[in-house]
Amino acid sequence: MPATVGVVVFPGSNCEHDVVEAIEGLGGSGRLLWHGEATVGDVDAIVVPGGFAHGDYLRPGAIARFSPVMEAVVAHAAAGGPVVGICNGFQVLTEAGMLPGALQKNAGLKFVCEPAALRVESTESVLTTEATVGQVLQVPINHFEGNYTCSAETLAALRADERIVLTYVDNPNGSVGDIAAICNEGRNVVGLMPHPERAYHPLLGSGDGAVLLRSLLVAAGVPA
Amino acid sequence: MTYEVQVEVHLRAGVADPQGSTIERAMPTLGFDGVSGVRVGKSIRFRLDAADEAAALAEVEELCARFLTNPVIEDSVITLHETAGAS
Repeated sequence: MPATVGVVVFPGSNCEHDVVEAIEGLGGSGRLLWHGEATVGDVDAIVVPGGFAHGDYLRPGAIARFSPVMEAVVAHAAAGGPVVGICNGFQVLTEAGMLPGALQKNAGLKFVCEPAALRVESTESVLTTEATVGQVLQVPINHFEGNYTCSAETLAALRADERIVLTYVDNPNGSVGDIAAICNEGRNVVGLMPHPERAYHPLLGSGDGAVLLRSLLVAAGVPA
Repeated sequence: MTYEVQVEVHLRAGVADPQGSTIERAMPTLGFDGVSGVRVGKSIRFRLDAADEAAALAEVEELCARFLTNPVIEDSVITLHETAGAS
Protein backbone atom coordinates (compact mmCIF):
# COMPACT_ATOMS: atom_id res chain seq x y z
CA MET A 1 0.00 0.00 0.00
CA PRO A 2 1.83 3.13 -1.18
CA ALA A 3 1.75 6.29 0.86
CA THR A 4 -1.05 8.61 -0.19
CA VAL A 5 -0.25 12.26 -0.81
CA GLY A 6 -3.24 14.58 -0.86
CA VAL A 7 -2.90 17.50 -3.29
CA VAL A 8 -5.13 20.47 -2.50
CA VAL A 9 -7.05 22.01 -5.40
CA PHE A 10 -8.28 25.59 -5.12
CA PRO A 11 -10.09 27.40 -7.93
CA GLY A 12 -7.06 28.65 -9.88
CA SER A 13 -4.56 25.97 -8.82
CA ASN A 14 -2.71 24.74 -11.91
CA CYS A 15 0.09 22.41 -10.80
CA GLU A 16 -1.98 19.78 -9.01
CA HIS A 17 -1.87 17.22 -11.84
CA ASP A 18 1.88 17.67 -12.25
CA VAL A 19 2.35 16.98 -8.54
CA VAL A 20 0.16 13.86 -8.69
CA GLU A 21 2.07 12.65 -11.77
CA ALA A 22 5.41 13.14 -10.02
CA ILE A 23 4.25 11.49 -6.78
CA GLU A 24 2.95 8.46 -8.68
CA GLY A 25 6.07 8.35 -10.86
CA LEU A 26 8.10 8.09 -7.68
CA GLY A 27 6.05 5.26 -6.20
CA GLY A 28 3.45 7.10 -4.14
CA SER A 29 -0.25 7.50 -4.61
CA GLY A 30 -1.74 10.93 -5.32
CA ARG A 31 -5.22 12.12 -4.43
CA LEU A 32 -6.75 15.48 -5.32
CA LEU A 33 -8.43 17.27 -2.41
CA TRP A 34 -11.06 19.88 -3.32
CA HIS A 35 -10.66 23.05 -1.26
CA GLY A 36 -14.37 23.19 -0.38
CA GLU A 37 -14.22 19.91 1.56
CA ALA A 38 -13.49 20.38 5.25
CA THR A 39 -11.54 17.11 5.45
CA VAL A 40 -8.39 15.63 3.96
CA GLY A 41 -9.40 12.04 4.67
CA ASP A 42 -6.70 9.49 5.50
CA VAL A 43 -3.84 10.96 3.46
CA ASP A 44 -0.29 10.49 4.78
CA ALA A 45 1.03 13.82 3.50
CA ILE A 46 -0.36 16.96 1.89
CA VAL A 47 0.95 19.16 -0.92
CA VAL A 48 -0.46 22.63 -1.52
CA PRO A 49 0.48 23.08 -5.20
CA GLY A 50 1.29 26.04 -7.39
CA GLY A 51 -1.08 28.22 -9.37
CA PHE A 52 -3.25 31.21 -8.60
CA ALA A 53 -5.59 30.10 -5.82
CA HIS A 54 -8.75 32.23 -5.90
CA GLY A 55 -7.12 34.30 -8.63
CA ASP A 56 -4.53 35.61 -6.13
CA TYR A 57 -7.13 38.31 -5.44
CA LEU A 58 -6.22 40.71 -2.63
CA ARG A 59 -2.86 38.95 -2.15
CA PRO A 60 -1.57 35.50 -3.15
CA GLY A 61 -2.94 33.04 -0.59
CA ALA A 62 -5.04 35.64 1.26
CA ILE A 63 -8.39 34.08 0.36
CA ALA A 64 -7.21 30.47 0.02
CA ARG A 65 -6.31 30.37 3.71
CA PHE A 66 -10.02 30.66 4.54
CA SER A 67 -11.04 27.72 2.32
CA PRO A 68 -12.71 24.92 4.35
CA VAL A 69 -9.91 22.45 3.58
CA MET A 70 -7.32 24.62 5.31
CA GLU A 71 -8.55 23.81 8.82
CA ALA A 72 -7.98 20.14 8.04
CA VAL A 73 -4.52 20.95 6.61
CA VAL A 74 -3.65 22.86 9.80
CA ALA A 75 -4.89 19.93 11.92
CA HIS A 76 -2.87 17.44 9.84
CA ALA A 77 0.27 19.55 10.39
CA ALA A 78 -0.47 20.01 14.10
CA ALA A 79 -0.58 16.22 14.44
CA GLY A 80 2.90 16.06 12.91
CA GLY A 81 1.79 15.14 9.38
CA PRO A 82 3.97 16.31 6.48
CA VAL A 83 2.73 19.38 4.59
CA VAL A 84 4.60 20.96 1.66
CA GLY A 85 3.59 24.19 -0.07
CA ILE A 86 5.04 24.69 -3.54
CA CYS A 87 5.15 28.20 -5.07
CA ASN A 88 1.58 29.54 -4.63
CA GLY A 89 1.24 26.84 -1.96
CA PHE A 90 4.15 28.43 -0.05
CA GLN A 91 2.30 31.74 -0.24
CA VAL A 92 -0.85 30.05 1.10
CA LEU A 93 1.06 28.52 4.04
CA THR A 94 2.60 31.89 5.03
CA GLU A 95 -0.79 33.61 4.81
CA ALA A 96 -2.27 30.83 6.96
CA GLY A 97 0.40 31.44 9.58
CA MET A 98 1.79 27.91 9.19
CA LEU A 99 5.16 29.35 8.15
CA PRO A 100 6.66 32.73 9.15
CA GLY A 101 7.33 35.67 6.85
CA ALA A 102 5.76 36.64 3.54
CA LEU A 103 6.41 36.50 -0.20
CA GLN A 104 6.39 39.83 -1.96
CA LYS A 105 6.88 40.93 -5.56
CA ASN A 106 10.26 39.99 -7.02
CA ALA A 107 12.99 42.58 -6.86
CA GLY A 108 12.91 44.63 -10.05
CA LEU A 109 9.32 43.47 -10.74
CA LYS A 110 10.79 40.64 -12.78
CA PHE A 111 8.72 37.55 -13.47
CA VAL A 112 11.16 34.65 -13.36
CA CYS A 113 10.69 31.39 -15.24
CA GLU A 114 13.95 29.48 -15.48
CA PRO A 115 15.96 26.63 -13.98
CA ALA A 116 17.43 27.61 -10.62
CA ALA A 117 20.36 26.11 -8.76
CA LEU A 118 19.37 25.35 -5.16
CA ARG A 119 21.69 24.49 -2.31
CA VAL A 120 20.48 22.08 0.35
CA GLU A 121 21.02 23.81 3.71
CA SER A 122 19.33 21.35 6.04
CA THR A 123 18.34 17.72 5.72
CA GLU A 124 16.17 17.93 8.82
CA SER A 125 12.87 18.61 7.10
CA VAL A 126 10.25 16.40 5.47
CA LEU A 127 11.44 17.63 2.07
CA THR A 128 15.17 16.99 2.40
CA THR A 129 15.89 13.87 4.50
CA GLU A 130 17.12 11.99 1.43
CA ALA A 131 19.37 14.85 0.25
CA THR A 132 22.77 15.87 1.60
CA VAL A 133 23.80 19.25 2.96
CA GLY A 134 25.64 21.24 0.32
CA GLN A 135 24.11 19.29 -2.55
CA VAL A 136 23.14 21.57 -5.47
CA LEU A 137 19.87 20.78 -7.25
CA GLN A 138 18.60 22.17 -10.57
CA VAL A 139 14.88 22.87 -10.15
CA PRO A 140 12.68 25.28 -12.16
CA ILE A 141 11.21 28.43 -10.65
CA ASN A 142 8.17 30.20 -12.11
CA HIS A 143 6.87 33.13 -10.09
CA PHE A 144 6.30 36.86 -9.74
CA GLU A 145 5.87 37.00 -5.98
CA GLY A 146 8.63 34.78 -4.63
CA ASN A 147 10.72 37.39 -2.86
CA TYR A 148 10.81 35.98 0.65
CA THR A 149 10.87 38.53 3.43
CA CYS A 150 10.54 38.46 7.21
CA SER A 151 11.52 40.48 10.24
CA ALA A 152 15.15 40.53 11.39
CA GLU A 153 14.11 38.55 14.49
CA THR A 154 12.40 35.88 12.40
CA LEU A 155 15.43 35.60 10.11
CA ALA A 156 17.73 35.22 13.12
CA ALA A 157 15.44 32.50 14.52
CA LEU A 158 15.30 30.67 11.17
CA ARG A 159 19.10 30.69 11.02
CA ALA A 160 19.61 29.70 14.67
CA ASP A 161 17.23 26.75 14.33
CA GLU A 162 18.57 25.78 10.88
CA ARG A 163 15.08 26.10 9.43
CA ILE A 164 16.31 27.50 6.12
CA VAL A 165 16.01 24.33 4.04
CA LEU A 166 17.08 25.46 0.55
CA THR A 167 18.83 28.60 -0.70
CA TYR A 168 19.38 29.96 -4.21
CA VAL A 169 22.95 29.75 -5.46
CA ASP A 170 22.26 32.86 -7.57
CA ASN A 171 19.40 34.83 -5.98
CA PRO A 172 16.79 35.40 -8.74
CA ASN A 173 14.13 37.38 -6.86
CA GLY A 174 15.62 39.37 -4.01
CA SER A 175 14.72 36.93 -1.23
CA VAL A 176 16.31 37.79 2.09
CA GLY A 177 19.18 35.42 2.87
CA ASP A 178 18.80 33.85 -0.62
CA ILE A 179 15.96 31.80 0.91
CA ALA A 180 14.19 29.36 -1.42
CA ALA A 181 12.61 27.11 1.23
CA ILE A 182 11.96 27.16 4.97
CA CYS A 183 10.33 24.83 7.46
CA ASN A 184 8.32 25.25 10.64
CA GLU A 185 9.60 24.48 14.15
CA GLY A 186 8.33 20.91 13.91
CA ARG A 187 10.17 20.54 10.55
CA ASN A 188 7.09 18.80 9.09
CA VAL A 189 5.79 21.86 7.23
CA VAL A 190 7.94 23.14 4.36
CA GLY A 191 7.34 25.94 1.88
CA LEU A 192 9.40 26.42 -1.27
CA MET A 193 9.12 28.57 -4.38
CA PRO A 194 10.82 26.14 -6.84
CA HIS A 195 8.79 23.35 -8.48
CA PRO A 196 10.30 19.90 -7.71
CA GLU A 197 7.42 18.22 -9.58
CA ARG A 198 8.71 19.81 -12.79
CA ALA A 199 12.09 18.16 -12.28
CA TYR A 200 11.27 14.71 -10.99
CA HIS A 201 12.59 12.85 -14.06
CA PRO A 202 15.60 13.51 -16.34
CA LEU A 203 13.22 13.60 -19.33
CA LEU A 204 11.96 16.93 -17.95
CA GLY A 205 15.43 18.44 -18.24
CA SER A 206 16.38 17.69 -14.65
CA GLY A 207 15.64 14.87 -12.27
CA ASP A 208 17.00 16.79 -9.28
CA GLY A 209 13.58 17.47 -7.78
CA ALA A 210 13.04 13.74 -7.26
CA VAL A 211 15.17 13.64 -4.11
CA LEU A 212 12.89 16.26 -2.56
CA LEU A 213 9.63 14.49 -3.41
CA ARG A 214 11.15 11.14 -2.45
CA SER A 215 11.97 12.63 0.96
CA LEU A 216 8.32 13.64 1.26
CA LEU A 217 7.24 10.08 0.37
CA VAL A 218 9.60 8.70 3.02
CA ALA A 219 8.05 11.09 5.55
CA ALA A 220 4.66 9.80 4.38
CA GLY A 221 5.64 6.22 5.10
CA VAL A 222 7.24 4.82 1.94
CA PRO A 223 10.41 2.84 2.86
CA ALA A 224 13.55 4.86 2.11
CA MET B 1 -25.70 52.99 11.77
CA THR B 2 -24.13 52.50 8.37
CA TYR B 3 -20.60 53.68 7.72
CA GLU B 4 -18.72 54.30 4.51
CA VAL B 5 -15.29 52.77 4.99
CA GLN B 6 -12.10 53.25 3.04
CA VAL B 7 -9.04 51.15 3.81
CA GLU B 8 -5.82 52.21 2.17
CA VAL B 9 -3.26 49.39 2.13
CA HIS B 10 0.40 50.11 1.53
CA LEU B 11 3.73 48.40 2.06
CA ARG B 12 5.28 49.12 5.44
CA ALA B 13 8.06 51.68 5.67
CA GLY B 14 11.33 49.87 5.00
CA VAL B 15 9.77 47.23 2.72
CA ALA B 16 11.03 47.72 -0.82
CA ASP B 17 8.26 48.83 -3.19
CA PRO B 18 9.42 47.89 -6.70
CA GLN B 19 6.26 49.31 -8.31
CA GLY B 20 6.81 52.64 -6.60
CA SER B 21 10.47 52.84 -7.54
CA THR B 22 9.76 51.84 -11.17
CA ILE B 23 7.13 54.59 -11.48
CA GLU B 24 9.48 57.06 -9.83
CA ARG B 25 12.25 56.25 -12.30
CA ALA B 26 9.87 56.71 -15.24
CA MET B 27 8.77 60.19 -14.23
CA PRO B 28 11.83 62.19 -15.33
CA THR B 29 11.59 60.66 -18.80
CA LEU B 30 8.11 62.21 -19.06
CA GLY B 31 9.42 65.56 -17.90
CA PHE B 32 8.21 65.35 -14.31
CA ASP B 33 11.24 66.19 -12.21
CA GLY B 34 11.47 66.50 -8.47
CA VAL B 35 9.19 63.58 -7.59
CA SER B 36 10.45 61.30 -4.83
CA GLY B 37 9.16 58.77 -2.34
CA VAL B 38 6.63 57.11 -4.67
CA ARG B 39 4.72 54.31 -2.93
CA VAL B 40 1.99 52.21 -4.54
CA GLY B 41 -0.90 50.82 -2.52
CA LYS B 42 -4.49 49.79 -2.96
CA SER B 43 -7.77 51.20 -1.80
CA ILE B 44 -10.62 49.04 -0.56
CA ARG B 45 -14.06 50.61 0.00
CA PHE B 46 -17.16 49.14 1.55
CA ARG B 47 -20.20 49.89 3.72
CA LEU B 48 -20.47 48.53 7.23
CA ASP B 49 -23.36 48.36 9.68
CA ALA B 50 -22.27 48.90 13.29
CA ALA B 51 -23.70 50.23 16.55
CA ASP B 52 -21.49 53.32 16.60
CA GLU B 53 -18.25 54.69 15.21
CA ALA B 54 -16.04 53.05 17.84
CA ALA B 55 -17.56 49.65 17.11
CA ALA B 56 -17.17 50.20 13.37
CA LEU B 57 -13.52 51.17 13.77
CA ALA B 58 -12.79 48.17 15.98
CA GLU B 59 -14.34 45.82 13.43
CA VAL B 60 -12.43 47.33 10.50
CA GLU B 61 -9.17 47.18 12.46
CA GLU B 62 -9.71 43.47 13.09
CA LEU B 63 -10.65 42.93 9.44
CA CYS B 64 -7.40 44.61 8.41
CA ALA B 65 -5.30 42.58 10.82
CA ARG B 66 -6.84 39.24 9.83
CA PHE B 67 -7.58 39.61 6.14
CA LEU B 68 -7.17 42.88 4.26
CA THR B 69 -3.47 43.31 5.03
CA ASN B 70 -0.54 41.00 5.57
CA PRO B 71 0.96 42.56 8.72
CA VAL B 72 4.41 41.17 7.84
CA ILE B 73 4.73 43.57 4.91
CA GLU B 74 1.68 45.86 4.87
CA ASP B 75 0.11 48.69 6.89
CA SER B 76 -3.31 50.23 6.52
CA VAL B 77 -4.97 53.59 7.03
CA ILE B 78 -8.67 53.47 7.85
CA THR B 79 -11.09 56.32 7.22
CA LEU B 80 -14.78 55.98 7.92
CA HIS B 81 -17.80 58.22 8.19
CA GLU B 82 -21.49 57.77 8.74
CA THR B 83 -23.48 57.41 5.54
CA ALA B 84 -25.25 60.68 4.84
CA GLY B 85 -29.03 60.35 4.90
CA ALA B 86 -29.00 56.63 5.55
CA SER B 87 -32.10 55.17 7.11
